[in-house]
Amino acid sequence: MNITVDVNELNTEFIVKLKGEIDAYTAPKLRESLFPISERENVKIIIDLTEVSYMDSTGLGVFVGAFKSVRANNGEFTLVGLSERLRRLFDITGLADIIDIKSSTEGGLE
Amino acid sequence: MDNRENMEKKYLEALSTYLKDQNEQALYQGQKISRLHIKYNISPEEIISMHKNNLIDLYPDLPEKVVDSFDFLLEVMMGYGIAYREHQSLRHQQQELKTEIEIAANVQHTLLETEIPDIKSLEIGAISVPARQMNGDYYHFVEDENECIGVGIADVIGKGIPAALCMSMIKYAMDSLPEHRHEPNSVLESLNRVVEHNVDPSMFITMFYGLYDPHNRQFSYASAGHEPGFYYDAATGTFSDLDAKGLLLGVDKKTRYRQYEKKVNGGDMIILLSDGVTECRTNDGFIERETLIGFIKKNMHLQAQEMVNNIYKQLEKMQNFQLRDDFTLIILKSKV
Repeated sequence: MNITVDVNELNTEFIVKLKGEIDAYTAPKLRESLFPISERENVKIIIDLTEVSYMDSTGLGVFVGAFKSVRANNGEFTLVGLSERLRRLFDITGLADIIDIKSSTEGGLE
Repeated sequence: MDNRENMEKKYLEALSTYLKDQNEQALYQGQKISRLHIKYNISPEEIISMHKNNLIDLYPDLPEKVVDSFDFLLEVMMGYGIAYREHQSLRHQQQELKTEIEIAANVQHTLLETEIPDIKSLEIGAISVPARQMNGDYYHFVEDENECIGVGIADVIGKGIPAALCMSMIKYAMDSLPEHRHEPNSVLESLNRVVEHNVDPSMFITMFYGLYDPHNRQFSYASAGHEPGFYYDAATGTFSDLDAKGLLLGVDKKTRYRQYEKKVNGGDMIILLSDGVTECRTNDGFIERETLIGFIKKNMHLQAQEMVNNIYKQLEKMQNFQLRDDFTLIILKSKV
């Protein structure tokens, strides 16, 4: 399985659309795409997970890493379009309490 | 070299037989020779040279141009010979790496070994199986001087060797915790500081820690983002999630963990697991937590250790014996 990472830049806002599966094999590709953006000062990243069919804990590691980096650079990090299964992963790990998670893609995204 | 001379003779025999009578049987000899050539490291260009010499011996009147063409073919095959030798050398290196990883896995196994305590009021079963050679899951038992049993189960986010190395650190951090009573929330708080401080920023650990006090049959526990276990209440015959909220280890060094308490009655069970158990993926998708409860129920009459062994075997079978993630399951069964 594979993943496609589609990055759209609108002013200082980055909308990252992910499609496919996030696991140990695809996580490095995701990390390579996200990290350079997450290190920018005051960046606003919105990650759309609507078309992510599967994610294991490796993917979680990538998002936490990116989140920490964005926070360190005074940016904003938002996840949208999480399926119930993904949402549960963020709830269990306590990440839902520190990361901004919106379950639908409404507001800000077309 | 004996082998080589021997091979030349065999080649000559097989070739002449085939040229005399082009049948399947003779052709099959060619396949057998090919395997022998590989076994004795004979390169493609050597085979062509062998072919050429044999052909001259068999047909001294062979046109000179045909003989010369073999020298050209030999030149062309040179690249394949080099590729083949590279392949051999890589195979050798791969074998070496495999052996080294096996040794590392054994070392890790010894390092992380934990003894299952033997106490009157509790029956304990535990199993941990890595998906690949090294395990990124870890469980730990400790009995303190008041006969309280501490149980820790942890899972590094990530798989394979890096995860396994990281886990060894958790084990040493646990061993160096102060000797006094292991309060679950303070255990997690100190481990969180260790992980935050020492581990690669993109590596995180989920962990559950519980402490069972046999004097008042009280189980206290706390969780750092770990997959919730189950609690079986013998009085009502029902299972419920062993819910506990808390952030994974290594994200924020100031994280505080909430401690939960549960009174354990005779016949009750505490089931702890890693996400390798719930993320078990079959042809029909993921197994549901209800399915897992079904397996637990089916094996409930057994000893705790037999229970975890059986459940593992059944889930392994459902995944066609191919674990996708490290698998750890612990069952604490309170004796009546």
